[in-house]
Amino acid sequence: MFGFLLQRAWQACIVVVAMSVLVFCGVHAVGNPVDVLISPDATQDIRASVIAQYGFDQPLWRQYLGFVGRLIHSDFGRSFVYNMPVSELILSRLPATLELTLAAVLFASLVGVPIGMYAGYRPHSFVSRAIMALSILGFSVPTFWFGLMLIMIFAVQCGCMPAGGRGETVSLFGTEFSFLTADGLSHLVLPALNLALFKFSLMIRLARAGTRELMLSDTVKFARAAGISEFTILRRHVLRLISIPLVTVFGLEFGSTLAFAVVTETIFSWPGLGKLIIDSITSLDRPVMVAYLMLIALLFTLINLVVDLTYALLDPRLRKGRA
Amino acid sequence: MSDTPFSRFLGDFRKNKVATGAAIVVALIVVLAVIAPLVTPQNPYDLAHLVLRDARRPPGYVGSAGYTHWLGTDSQGRDLLSAIIYGLRISLQMGVIAGAVAFALGALVGCAAAYVGGRVESLAMRLVDLQLSFPAILLAFVMAALFGQGRSQLILALIFAQYAYFARTAHGAAAAERQKDYVEAALSIPLSPWRVVFKHMLPNSLPPLIVVATVQIASAISLEATLSFLGVGLPPSEPSLGMLIANGFQYLLSGRYWISIYPGLALILFIVSLNLVGDQIRDQLNPRLHR
Repeated sequence: MFGFLLQRAWQACIVVVAMSVLVFCGVHAVGNPVDVLISPDATQDIRASVIAQYGFDQPLWRQYLGFVGRLIHSDFGRSFVYNMPVSELILSRLPATLELTLAAVLFASLVGVPIGMYAGYRPHSFVSRAIMALSILGFSVPTFWFGLMLIMIFAVQCGCMPAGGRGETVSLFGTEFSFLTADGLSHLVLPALNLALFKFSLMIRLARAGTRELMLSDTVKFARAAGISEFTILRRHVLRLISIPLVTVFGLEFGSTLAFAVVTETIFSWPGLGKLIIDSITSLDRPVMVAYLMLIALLFTLINLVVDLTYALLDPRLRKGRA
Repeated sequence: MSDTPFSRFLGDFRKNKVATGAAIVVALIVVLAVIAPLVTPQNPYDLAHLVLRDARRPPGYVGSAGYTHWLGTDSQGRDLLSAIIYGLRISLQMGVIAGAVAFALGALVGCAAAYVGGRVESLAMRLVDLQLSFPAILLAFVMAALFGQGRSQLILALIFAQYAYFARTAHGAAAAERQKDYVEAALSIPLSPWRVVFKHMLPNSLPPLIVVATVQIASAISLEATLSFLGVGLPPSEPSLGMLIANGFQYLLSGRYWISIYPGLALILFIVSLNLVGDQIRDQLNPRLHR
């Protein structure tokens, strides 16, 4: 077991290093940040001094080594645009994204699973067919267009929901949260719904497939024979058994929800990480781009590592290590 | 009618009314997109045809050129119906090119890995798995951001984000074929490895790949629209559906709904139809449902 752990951790380290090289070189292939930093009518001397100050005159590998060196001291550099340390910038935006993602994932599972279970419980009823048709639509509708429709219907036509921003926030443990105020909550609803759509459809499908299979199983047959009410069977037996794959998918999908937050945040001008990365790409803010991409790479490597290790804990056959 | 596997396949397909309808819609859209210049009332990218006086008019407005703009006009006086059909053309192109190259690349990587086996196989598939653990939207987004704007850059980003799905599927199918006696027999004749991979293993691994392809083309089109909407996809000179929707976004808040909605509806109709066709093909090719 320990050997397996070490092997996976070692692989994860290699992945992160490879990603850092890729990201660094990739970001440096895009545009010339000097044009963004200096006004076009600056003298040659000023240009040269700024280039030297940021180290742009160094060869790429030396810039990379410098970047890694600073990284070890947890210094991601300063944002060209905001002129503040990137780590501070990202930390200030992270809570908004996490709040949005968490709200979306919670909604998708707390509402999606019961609906999916119903569809699996009565697979041939009209309502179940309608649910399944809607879930296909949920898979197919692009997130960004669904967001536009939400804005159009709830913000423009009926005017009952705000179209963007975070609303009033409350400070808790030094970070700002929206969901604690009525105004903030109303700002959270539409973006969260928008972000949840895909996971929602996924949860419905998974819960339906699992329930449908289980309803035919001996467990349910014997529970029925014992005279347990249908609701109790669903809640105590079916829900428990289908929740194992659901939790796995839940964990895996949390990461991809973070990725999709880029789209939702852009539409609803939600001041989170996704909006930050889009802005930094358009303004060629290299340090922010590199830091964001590294953070995402690290996050996903970590998620994969945890998933692998969990599987190994559950299934001893995997521990022997497939290289 | 002769009873070939293909004609049987078609017959089964026709039994599902919804899927048949969807297949017809897909065919119609493809035809429309291909013959776009012949059917649209206006070439939306010929600046000489645009009249600024006609800009942002609601659906049904009769423009200064004398014909009715059934879906209204956009901020530069383009007929939206024409713009949508031209947009579909670009979206379809991107989806098909990216899907086809990703298909070829993925099938090659998957089949070759299954054929070679050993360390190369496990290394290649480990890389593919690693890539699959990142969401496609994120990969495509990062790639598009790194490569910059442009048609070929976007296609590259889409291929990079999608080939892994084909590689995984092809590898699964080809690895199963590799164990079978006919491959052993072909190898012991001996036929050349290339011939065995391309003429024997690949054709027999095709069914699952076709299923993945329908889904992936739909998702490539959706990805492309999303990236263009975010501003990291195609340049404004080549407006796909995503770009049209993005352009209409700012007018949505002032109640001019049609600029964003109709391109979006066209996009959804196309993607939903493709997915329905894909679902049906998957059900028909899935041996587990036929027992």
